[in-house]
Amino acid sequence: MSETPAPPTEFPVKVIDGSPLGRALQFETVAMETATATLKAPYLPEMVGDPDTGVIAGGVVTALLDHASGQAVFAALGYPTGIATLDLRIDYMRPAEPGLDIFARAHCYKLTHSIGFVRAVAYDRTADDPVATAQAAFMLGTGEAPMARPGQGPEAGR
Amino acid sequence: MNGLPVEDVGERLNAMLARIPYAQFLGVRAELAGDEMTLIMPYAERLIGNINLPALHGGVVGAFMEMTALAQLSISVGLARQARPIDVTVEYLRSGRPVTTFARAEIKRIGRRVANVHVEAWQEARGKPVAGLHGHFHLKPVEPPAS
Repeated sequence: MSETPAPPTEFPVKVIDGSPLGRALQFETVAMETATATLKAPYLPEMVGDPDTGVIAGGVVTALLDHASGQAVFAALGYPTGIATLDLRIDYMRPAEPGLDIFARAHCYKLTHSIGFVRAVAYDRTADDPVATAQAAFMLGTGEAPMARPGQGPEAGR
Repeated sequence: MNGLPVEDVGERLNAMLARIPYAQFLGVRAELAGDEMTLIMPYAERLIGNINLPALHGGVVGAFMEMTALAQLSISVGLARQARPIDVTVEYLRSGRPVTTFARAEIKRIGRRVANVHVEAWQEARGKPVAGLHGHFHLKPVEPPAS
């Protein structure tokens, strides 16, 4: 059996480090596998969308799913390039449980030379009981690679 | 509208947004012109997703439009409780630049339980939208039983 190349963990982690939104909401990469990324967002007071119940805003889940989906594309590509979300569809299954961290697991199941297709699921306890699911399409090779600030990332300065 | 003067509706709307922590994180406020509401999201560094372009985070633009739909529903229907998104589809048309973003929602249909809402977000020119959203919202969400 031929040796499988190690998943490209380093670049996508830098994506979060270099993203002000990812930092502000404390998104964290918990796993990078082949074409798959799992992110965690801790439950933060500023994420609450319904002050009466403490349930986080749907928009937080939107941002986390979008972010995880983009990382899954990088995980599948294995190299940095500019990507742009074309569309993102989210189905909200149930409110997230107040106080629990939320996870998003995204899988880039198809890459063409210009498009990446991704499915993602957001959950608080287990992926079998999702808070939301998402389907997204990304355009590849749109300008500069995100977050590879000068002096950082494998293709910095390009 | 609920038969209230526009100023009161606008005040109530901004008071409602002030109570929502995530609306405060996004930094949004509402402006009313008659029965037409515009949600405004001034630029802030924390809203950036790609610092090289730089571009607003796609999730932020989506969240902003979702909030526009919820705000429009709250003034149009006069909901006692916040509506809850069932599904949303976001299409990204242009990269969101680091400037103020605006959005308006159009309620396409209100049923007894579900509303269908379209939202458009733009920056410098209304005719050059940066993104669109269409979604279904539950008007009378039932609280899940406490587990």
